[in-house]
Amino acid sequence: MANRVAIVGVGQTHHTAHRPDVNQVELMNEAVRAALRDADLSIKDVDAFLMGNMELFEGSYLVDMWAVDGIGSYMKPGAKITSGGTTGASLAIAAFEYAASGLFDIVLAVGFEKQEEGNTQAGIVAGSDPLWGRWIFTSSLGIFARTALEYMRRTGAREEHAAMLRVKADRCACRNPYAHLKLNLTMEDVLNSRMLVYPLRFLDMCPVSNGACALIVASEAVARRISDKPVWVADWVTVHDLEGSLMGAMPDVRTHEIAAAELYKRNQITDVRRDIDVAEIYEPSSWGELEWYELYHFCERGEAWKLAEKGTTDMEGEFPVNPSGGVVSTNPIGATAMIRIAEAALQVRGDAGTHQVTREVRTALATGWGGSDWTTMVLLKKSL
Amino acid sequence: MADRVGIVAVAQTKYEASKPRQRPVELVFEVVEKLLEETGLTFAQDGSGIDSTVTCSQDFWDGRTISNVQVMPAVGGYRRAEVKVAEDGAHAVFCAMAQILSGRSDVVLVCAHTKESETHRNVIENAAFDPIYERPLGVDFISAAAMQARVYMHRYGVRPEQCAQVVVKNRGNAKRNPFAQAPMDLTVEDVLNSRMLASPIHQLEVKPVSDGACAVILAREQKAKRLTARPAWIMGISSCYDAFHLGDRDLASCDALVKAAKKAYDMASISDPSKEVHVAEISEEFSYQELLWSEGLGFCERGDGGELLEKGVTAFEGKLPVNPSGGLLSGRPTNVAGLAAVAEAALQVRGEAGAHQVPGAKTAVAHGVGGPCGQLHCVVILGSQGG
Repeated sequence: MANRVAIVGVGQTHHTAHRPDVNQVELMNEAVRAALRDADLSIKDVDAFLMGNMELFEGSYLVDMWAVDGIGSYMKPGAKITSGGTTGASLAIAAFEYAASGLFDIVLAVGFEKQEEGNTQAGIVAGSDPLWGRWIFTSSLGIFARTALEYMRRTGAREEHAAMLRVKADRCACRNPYAHLKLNLTMEDVLNSRMLVYPLRFLDMCPVSNGACALIVASEAVARRISDKPVWVADWVTVHDLEGSLMGAMPDVRTHEIAAAELYKRNQITDVRRDIDVAEIYEPSSWGELEWYELYHFCERGEAWKLAEKGTTDMEGEFPVNPSGGVVSTNPIGATAMIRIAEAALQVRGDAGTHQVTREVRTALATGWGGSDWTTMVLLKKSL
Repeated sequence: MADRVGIVAVAQTKYEASKPRQRPVELVFEVVEKLLEETGLTFAQDGSGIDSTVTCSQDFWDGRTISNVQVMPAVGGYRRAEVKVAEDGAHAVFCAMAQILSGRSDVVLVCAHTKESETHRNVIENAAFDPIYERPLGVDFISAAAMQARVYMHRYGVRPEQCAQVVVKNRGNAKRNPFAQAPMDLTVEDVLNSRMLASPIHQLEVKPVSDGACAVILAREQKAKRLTARPAWIMGISSCYDAFHLGDRDLASCDALVKAAKKAYDMASISDPSKEVHVAEISEEFSYQELLWSEGLGFCERGDGGELLEKGVTAFEGKLPVNPSGGLLSGRPTNVAGLAAVAEAALQVRGEAGAHQVPGAKTAVAHGVGGPCGQLHCVVILGSQGG
């Protein structure tokens, strides 16, 4: 098992569709400054820097070079790490490993996306095979439409169940000062929004956001010295899969199940809703949230729609999921998976303010999804 | 460091100007298969094999968002842990080493690939500059390097012939390396008569377009010793970013390299690299850079890089051979370059470099570079004994 590390600072931008006032580096700078303020550290205290985004979205090559001016990595070690949707989590995990390695005491990770400067759909389609995939690949829409249809057929879930989770996400987002979409949605709004690919509607999908998120991670000894409220990183898991996992008739994200099984086994989690107090999951679609409750073992197979009906995962519910409003409310892709970890850390600290859950939080789960069905899971704890 | 980390096996494809018969995943498969055969390791899930993978590639060069998706079948990416470093390959070694020292993994596969032949480097490199103020000028890494070469040569009186001599030396060394792309008998006149790309840089003074892949396996001390009788121990490692805008930097200096090198040497308890380092594999994307980086790495005083070369110190038979493999000037793809430098340095301290083995090489420096005019440097010190 790894040496211990803690998150000692988190920062994020106010995520929005338009940020003409800043460039990509200035956007990152906002998150970095926020994280340093949160940790009560100076940039001089940071020993190493890890940054990442989706290069082809903004069309900037080696953006870690440009980022030097904004994130403070001048004359410091660092690297660029990317892995699609999981980029933010991969950065965080690399930061955990850098801080746990003994090579560095304090590591800063920053993920960002300024999607208005590119074409996200074109960027995502460019992820598929140039000969075999690019002509037919329909990006996330095709994936979630297919799995949603399969889920409805298998469980009897209806469009209303995904809509319930979408309304829940919006209620949470409206209480989160950093969230992008705050729409005061009703069930009717969601169910009457434009059909994209049956059964996915416009409001079922994540938005195109600009934003950045930064985490400051410290080794155990340093964290105990510099932080009043270190959030301990209990464990993390990365499970990747082959390109073909997005093709064919495979209805489930197997990597979610594999990662969850590994994480829960190592951490003696036998009843997820009892042993974990809050979850921030990477749900690019409200349908994904519904289906993945089951893969993460938040409930029995075929019963996620019951959680939606009962409001189990509401902010005030028995097992709150995405009190931040989640990815359907906010999605600056290179930062998104890191925002899950940052929000989970705030919940553990009790510092989430207006979107702090009512349940007492000792243990929080943050997940990521990206690549060709890639999963990351990070488990945070108040004490070790 | 609590535990030593060793490189237990390395593999490279032959580097070629174009590899139209192999897709990136096939290049990676070629090198990973060699490693699995050599070590007997598998992608077992029970801790008996390779625990995790660090890949290195660039979305820009591959023309693919999330460029590591395509190599999953070749790197054990099927339902296992992998992460991509989108920087020079030396940083992938850094990342893998951190995984091991953190206690998370015991054995890590690192691999890098690039097919430069499938795109245009100047278009990609232009996208590394500020989009508003610099890109419209058409600047790429070659034109940026020309400015650096001018400043460096002017300040220290480095002559064009000295720069050209680097090419003659490295292309000549490449004749001993079966993986090198472009071994060639050249004269200084040949180099200086080749087409001028951006004054003072001639065609033969630029790293040629290259396709290929490289992979290495890192292991924690106990496992490393079980996997090979001769691990190449990582004695020191560090990296450092310089400022982004060329005007914010002293281009004739290489402060970031000096800082990275100092940290790495300190870790390795090396006080005088010019005496204690036996061989170096450094990333000279351009001829003059081998001289400048030699200074930054402490092989000589500032401004003495040309003299060091002329005295034959960095020649294959010299006291401190630099790039006995032929280096980047003999063909080595972007991204792959730093990892290949680490692999070549590992071969040297393991005594397995064959015809380009430097006799008695016990301590080697590997160096990777990123960005225009060497904005980011990574220095890795390998030793047959150290740690």
